[in-house]
Amino acid sequence: MGAGHAHKLYRHGHSPVHGLPPHTKLAAVFAFVVVVVSTPREAMWAFGLYAVLLTLVAYVARVPAGFLLKRLLIEVPFVAFAVLMPFVAEGERVEVLGMSLSVSGLWGAWNVLAKGTLGVAASVLLASTTELRELLLGLQRLKLPPLLVQIASFMIRYGDVITDEMRRMRIARESRGFEARGVRHWGVLAKSAGALFIRSYERGERVHLAMISRGYTGSMPVIDEVTASRAQWSYAFALPFAALVVCLLGWTL
Amino acid sequence: MDPVTAVTASLEVSGLAFAYPDGHQALFGVDFTIARGERVALLGPNGAGKTTLVLHLNGILTGGTGTVRVAGLPVGREHMAQIRRRVGIVFQDPDDQLFMPTVREDVAFGPAAAGLRGPELEARVDHALALVGMAAFKDRPPHHLSFGQRRRVAVATVLAMEPEILVLDEPSSNLDPASRRELADILRSLDVTVLMVTHDLPYALELCPRSLVLSDGVIAADGKTADLLADDELMRAHRLELPYGFDPRSVPAAPGRP
Repeated sequence: MGAGHAHKLYRHGHSPVHGLPPHTKLAAVFAFVVVVVSTPREAMWAFGLYAVLLTLVAYVARVPAGFLLKRLLIEVPFVAFAVLMPFVAEGERVEVLGMSLSVSGLWGAWNVLAKGTLGVAASVLLASTTELRELLLGLQRLKLPPLLVQIASFMIRYGDVITDEMRRMRIARESRGFEARGVRHWGVLAKSAGALFIRSYERGERVHLAMISRGYTGSMPVIDEVTASRAQWSYAFALPFAALVVCLLGWTL
Repeated sequence: MDPVTAVTASLEVSGLAFAYPDGHQALFGVDFTIARGERVALLGPNGAGKTTLVLHLNGILTGGTGTVRVAGLPVGREHMAQIRRRVGIVFQDPDDQLFMPTVREDVAFGPAAAGLRGPELEARVDHALALVGMAAFKDRPPHHLSFGQRRRVAVATVLAMEPEILVLDEPSSNLDPASRRELADILRSLDVTVLMVTHDLPYALELCPRSLVLSDGVIAADGKTADLLADDELMRAHRLELPYGFDPRSVPAAPGRP
């Protein structure tokens, strides 16, 4: 499905991971993240094992390491907070390289960093093996509130349309000699944003008209029925199950 | 009205009047009938009430006086789902009409909303896309298509519902001459009643043997397109203008149905 509907995050391929039904993958990633988050932070080796599990999945999905690592950079702004924790947290302190760091802060930072990175890595893997469209079908299948799925689907459809409208407005501004330089011009930009909002809102009304003209009564009709066999479910859940074993070991050891 | 036309007419509008909630009256008693298989152009200056009229045809606007019947079925709350299946409106901006992530899903939307599933739905989609020559673009997202292609897919989304009457709002707007001609070929090849709202008078002449002129909320003229366009006085009275150098007397009129 969706030739040419390439999104930046998606990596086209025909691996067994690509072929799994989207809702099984979504559920598996969710379960994996829950398991990772509930692992005690002191069991450092467990997080190493999780990373190994994810590497295995990436290998099966034929997603190259470079591709994955580059997309992990999205995590950086969130991690910045974790880096601060050892400096600001209270309690017992240790000397590291001449700096006085808080022990509980270090553990907290490690906790955020390890669990965050694993969660992001799992999500990046999901996104690079599942098309956006399929993800939506998966969410729908998992009985997410239909309104949320519809909003997400419209975001995908109209993101480009609105970006294009924004670009045309910018060109129109610049054609009339406007260049945003400093605070004095923010007023103009704010008015443009307002105009864009009104335009998008009116488009929303027109789209709604077109939808009810074609028989929309409040819920999206089911066009693609995604189904998964028991084998596919167990295949997808190999990851969270393996993680669960690691997690249980982490609690008992 | 004799019973014969009452059965065969695709669309009957009688005594339709409508005022918007802000008090602006857009329609003052509109009457016309379109027989099954006819292609009719609805002409009129901006603000004549054309869009208001179109939105009455499938019951999006109601609450005025008068009646609209589609293939004998009155437009009203009780048959709304069926009316919307029978009246296919193609809106002016295809980006408004195509709201699903892929062409295929968009074309499937109408029939799926009507309860069609599985291979039947797939066949309906394929057929509608084949009619507009867009079968090869089935899995593409609409925003990756050219404007002309999007307009054709918009027509397909409506054809997939197998409507009694196809209503097109400014079908030739923003199309380059080649896309405009391709769309004309497609519209001519369809075996469906067509009501075409347009400012493009040569296009109306090319496609529609009959025209209605809507002006100030009433039908000011109803007749052969070639005759109406050649009537200078009528044209001037209703702010209708032909493009420079275009003489409706010099071109062959639209052929009727074979």
